[in-house]
This record gives sequence, structure tokens and C-alpha cells, in this order.
Amino acid sequence: MFTVLIRIFRSGWRSFYRDREIALATIFVLFLSVILSGSFFLFKDISQILVADLQEKIDVSVYFKEETPEEDILGVGKELSELPEIKNIEYVSKKQALLNFIQRHERDTALLDSIDELGKNPFLASLNVRTWNPDQYAKVSKFLEGPGFDSFVEKIDYYQRKPAIDTMRSLNSGVTKISISIAVLLVTIAIAVSLNTIGLSIYNSRKEIEIQKLVGASSWFIRGPFLVQGMICGILAALISILTISLICWFLSPRIENFFLSISLFTLFIENFWMLVLIQFTTGISLGAVSSLVAIKKYLKD
Amino acid sequence: MGNLTNLLKQKLNYKLNILNSLIKFQDITKIYPSNVSKSKPTIALDKVSFDIFPKEFVSLVGKSGAGKTTLLKLLLMQEKPTSGDILFEGKNLSEIRSEELSWLRRKIGVVFQDYKLLAAKTAYENIAYTMEVIGARDEEIKRDVPKVLDIVGLSERAGNLPAELSGGERQRVAIARALVHRPDIILADEPTGNLDPYHTMEIIELLLKIQLMGTTVVLATHNKDVINRLNKRVITLEKGRVIRDEKEGRFIL
Repeated sequence: MFTVLIRIFRSGWRSFYRDREIALATIFVLFLSVILSGSFFLFKDISQILVADLQEKIDVSVYFKEETPEEDILGVGKELSELPEIKNIEYVSKKQALLNFIQRHERDTALLDSIDELGKNPFLASLNVRTWNPDQYAKVSKFLEGPGFDSFVEKIDYYQRKPAIDTMRSLNSGVTKISISIAVLLVTIAIAVSLNTIGLSIYNSRKEIEIQKLVGASSWFIRGPFLVQGMICGILAALISILTISLICWFLSPRIENFFLSISLFTLFIENFWMLVLIQFTTGISLGAVSSLVAIKKYLKD
Repeated sequence: MGNLTNLLKQKLNYKLNILNSLIKFQDITKIYPSNVSKSKPTIALDKVSFDIFPKEFVSLVGKSGAGKTTLLKLLLMQEKPTSGDILFEGKNLSEIRSEELSWLRRKIGVVFQDYKLLAAKTAYENIAYTMEVIGARDEEIKRDVPKVLDIVGLSERAGNLPAELSGGERQRVAIARALVHRPDIILADEPTGNLDPYHTMEIIELLLKIQLMGTTVVLATHNKDVINRLNKRVITLEKGRVIRDEKEGRFIL
């Protein structure tokens, strides 16, 4: 059994080495599929981080009527925070709101002067509410419009922000949907092409397969070397793909960091490195092996 | 009384012969259905029966289309007979399942007109492959392959690919390959069909040498000179029937 395995591996390696041109074509095709799977894996993370980044920037503020005492506002906040949808709540008092405004418009003396002239603090106390998910804002605002709260609540700026939230929401599900469907499409094409390429290279060996059968080789003894050959191609394709991805990440990383705040492509790559390696090798080896098995099937029939 | 014992002896011998026959064709008929509708199916073999005994040298003779190749294909189970039984060492081929096919083929060495060597393997590797297939140990391969290369006189060409060898040399590699795993029988289907007269005799002499060493040889050919020089058993086929089976036959058609 052991000698048979060794022979199969040796013979697979030998024919891989002798048919280098064909192997090269196979490796290239497998490489395309493998790098595709790798980039989708990374892209999924990037898009998730991007979307999460944007989500962080969205919130809804609830403004309370002028005379509402602070305890009541905090009471509302407490009640809100018991909703499962809420991620966090930040209380901004009248004073804080004024300070924020002054800070934001430090240079605009005319604006600050006009507030001075007003003689009193024109801002309302508010709660800044963040939910886990952009489509939960509607529910929160419904909750605050309900009975019991309308005596305190001056306005909820959900409706002013609705368009932005909606865009966010569709972007979120859209990105996932589109990337999944593109991934499925491309992977299908990749499998078809690698099947075809490996099929062609086995077609070249159809005479050999027939001779091997005539000499009395068992099916697995014939199949084995092709399987090994396919897997070697897969492994090499995965190696090249990992190399390519790391080079791309390394080159692009400093350029991209200027655009998006919280992503460093290279850090992302390093963090996911082993997962990436695993995915690349699994895709490469299994694609090579499965294509070989499928392609050789019809030549082994009697 | 003496007569009776003789008769018994004869009967016993007859029985032993049946038991001993290496290959037994019994009423073999093979009909190839036509691929084009309405045209007639081809009858390649029509109720053919004969035995081949161990260590025989049998020539199958006939025009092309007489059924020689079909017979060999049936024996290798590349084709199945339409009716009739083939016994190989007493085992009915129709009972052999496809997993056992490699068992059968390992007992038979085959030599073809077009050599059928593995193009990507050297002469040595082509021969070694047959041994690898039957699971021979590496030492055995290292011991036996040079031996058969020596028998066919190709020790110096061991490292050459088939494309680098002449026709006669390729056929000798093919014979060495058929020989190396010590099969019970060697089937040679027009082994000299692509060779000049000089190399033809070389190959035939090689086959005779193999028979002398104890292997059954079945030679299918339509080469008159070869048959007439052999003086061995000749089975003549015509239109799918055995028309002659002679102990020391000549080429008569």
C-alpha cells in the first residue's frame, strides 16, 4: 500500500515536471480562481469595516422641551437603553450643547455674537441614540413618539436623517448581496475554466490511460498521478496567489489609508493571514483535485 | 484388457487436456451492431471454438476483417462476446467483474502493431510501469527490468524515450514490457505490421525465444513468410469462422 502511494506520488510529480507547459496553463487558471476567492475574503472584511465605519457616524437625536427636568430626560434614556436595539445613548445637556456649538464655530464671531445677543441658551437638551443596525432607527423613533413621551419630546430628527439612514441601510444589504452574487458567478466561471483546462491536459493523455488500462493498472493507480498533478498545480497556484495578494496589500496599503480612516489594508492582511492561507490552499487543492477527478472519469469507463 | 486401459488413459488425457487448456473458446459469436440504421450488422465471429494449451505457439491467420483482432479483444475483455463462453485458466470471463479486469490483464502480456508505449516514459520506465502496476517491490523491478531489456537486446537504449527509438526497437520494448511480469500468455496482434522484413524476423525470433522459455504465445498475423517459416500450430480464420486448425500449419488462403 505504501509503495503504491509513493509510486503514485512519484509518477504524478514526474508527469507534472515533464508536461511543464500544460501544467503552467493549469496553474494560471487555478491561480485566477484562487486569487478570486482570496480577494473576496478580504473584500468582504473591507466592505464590512467600511459599512461599520459609516454606521458609526449615523445617530438619531431626541430633543427635549425647554422646561423638562434633567431627571426626566435621564429617565427616558434609561427606558430607552432597555430596548434591545439600542447600542448606546449619550446625554447632551443644554449647557453641553451650547459649548459644543461654540467650539464648532470658534472662528465665526458673527454667529457667536448673535447667540450672545439672544441672552439665553437657545439649545435643547438631547439624547443621541445609536442602534446596532440602521433599520432599527425607525422603531426607536416610533417608540419615542408613543404615549408617555410626547409631553417631554420636542422633536426627533429621525425624519431629517431618514434619507441618509435609508441609503446606509440599502448600502449595507446591497454590498453583501452584490458581492455574494459576483462571487458565485466568478467562482462558477473559474471552476468551469479549470475543469476545461485540466480536461484538455487529460485528453492529451487519453492514449496513455488506455495503455495503462491494457497493462492491467487499477483505476486508482491510473487516477492517482493525475490527482497528484492537479493538487500540485493547486498548491503552486495558492502560493503564487498569496504572494500576489501580499504584494498588492503592501503596495496599496499606504495609498488607501489616506482615503479611509480606520482601515489599514496591510494590517487587515496580517490579521487574516492564516485564514487567508487556509482558504487559498483549500480552494487551490480541492479545485485541482476535483477537476482532475471529474475530467478523468470518462476515460476510465470501460 | 490392454485396450480398455488404453481407452481409459485416452479419456483421462482428454479430461486433463480440458482442465489444462489455458484458454477455451466455446461457440463464440460476436456481432457488431451497425451504427447506421438499416445497414446490416457485422458478424465478426461465428461460433468459433478452439483451445489453446500451455506453452503452445499458436498463429492466428486470416485476411483483415477475418476476426483475428476481435478474438484478441474478447480475450482481453475489451469487448464482450454476443454469445458463447471464454474460459481463461478455467475461469469464465463473463463472470469477471470490472474490478477484476486488472487481474486478467496482468496475466496476459500484449504486443500491438502500433506498439502502444507510454510516450512520456523511457524504455526502462515503460517496462517498469507494468511491474509497478502489479505491485512488485522496487528491488524486483531493479532486478527484472534490466534482465528483459537484455533479452530483447536493448540494454543500451534503456534511457531513451519511444520517440527516439526505431520501429523495431519500439516493438522490442513492447515485447519486453509484455514479458516482464511473467504473464501466462503473450498476445501479439500484428506485431510486425509496421516493420521491414529484417526487423520482422528479429521480432518473430524473439517471440520464439519467449515460447521456449515457457510462455504461451498467440500471434495474429497475415504475414505469409512468417507463418511458413514457423512450422507451428496455425488457426486459419475466414469470415469469422475457423476453417483450418493444423499442428504444423502453413499459410493457405
